[in-house]
Amino acid sequence: MTYVFPVILLSVMVMALFKKVPVFECFLRGAKNGLTVLLEITPVIVGFVAMIEVMKASGLFDVLSSIVSPAADFFGFPKEIVPMALLRPVSGGGSTALLSDLLSQYGPDSLIGRITSVMSGSTETTFYAIAVYYGSVGISKTRHTLFCALLADFTAACLAVVTVKLLMN
Amino acid sequence: MLNYIFAVFIAGSVVCSVFLNTTDQLTSGLLESAEVSVSLLLTIGGALCFWCGFMEIMRECGAASLAAKLFSPVLKHLFPNIDVKSKAFENISLNVGANFLGLGNAATPFGLAAMKEIKKIDRQGDTASDNMIVFVVLNTASIQLLPTMIGTLRAKYGSQSPFDIILCIWIASSCALIVGVTAAKLLNKRRRKV
Repeated sequence: MTYVFPVILLSVMVMALFKKVPVFECFLRGAKNGLTVLLEITPVIVGFVAMIEVMKASGLFDVLSSIVSPAADFFGFPKEIVPMALLRPVSGGGSTALLSDLLSQYGPDSLIGRITSVMSGSTETTFYAIAVYYGSVGISKTRHTLFCALLADFTAACLAVVTVKLLMN
Repeated sequence: MLNYIFAVFIAGSVVCSVFLNTTDQLTSGLLESAEVSVSLLLTIGGALCFWCGFMEIMRECGAASLAAKLFSPVLKHLFPNIDVKSKAFENISLNVGANFLGLGNAATPFGLAAMKEIKKIDRQGDTASDNMIVFVVLNTASIQLLPTMIGTLRAKYGSQSPFDIILCIWIASSCALIVGVTAAKLLNKRRRKV
């Protein structure tokens, strides 16, 4: 897997030389485009990071976790993992930190360690992706995007528990 | 939708902080977040420029259309009204390819470029089009061949075999992807009938 990027880099350069593409001029043109994109997503990211930070600092996440925990427990969903399931769609950095915590606390090969690993591996930061992707092209009416994305996250969270319990123990 | 989420989450946090007596943390957290977002932007910014430049080279030399051809058997069913030879289809393919190979910092620039092209095709103003919804849902579910970050973390905390959970990840993520995309497709169709 460490060779993936070098191989792509090499083959693109060889293809470009072969087709006599003005490589550096192309690169500069594209990179300049990148700056415009960066400008467009800056406000989105500033607003979004602020929202996440406020939710974490105020303790809203902990409150939500403690509300969901009993119900999760009832369905055989370990309650230690509830914060992960809630934080994962919202914050990439935050959920990575939480994954580290849980792995060091319970051990990576424990039931909880495995379920959280699968959960982080099978979902993305949903809210962040929606905000940045739509924000960059000025879309405010997202229709059923969030519903479908969260449905996918919910499926992944449930299957993380089911697959680890069935296949790993 | 995003307007409501933004307002409700922030208002909810403030109410929560009043009850939990964490208003000080909330204020300092908010100020800190400005710093966090700038460093995040600096990290993203360099990668964004690089990958946008690299993407332009891929387009000129034909690597982008190669990617489009490679993924078209699957992707043309997801985006039936986007031409396989169009820029939009190329960008979507590059984004899916980068996600699949775990090149996360390349996937976002490709994805943003794809959104721009899809918007040019669908032209629905400030409303998300059917194609956009499927594309964003595709990006919120993880499609990764080898989750290196998780493997590395597991190894760091002394796992006997860091990648033994990979089958579970494949099952969970592909089912999540299928559920998300199917839901998006069904809801797209329902709305068109109305």
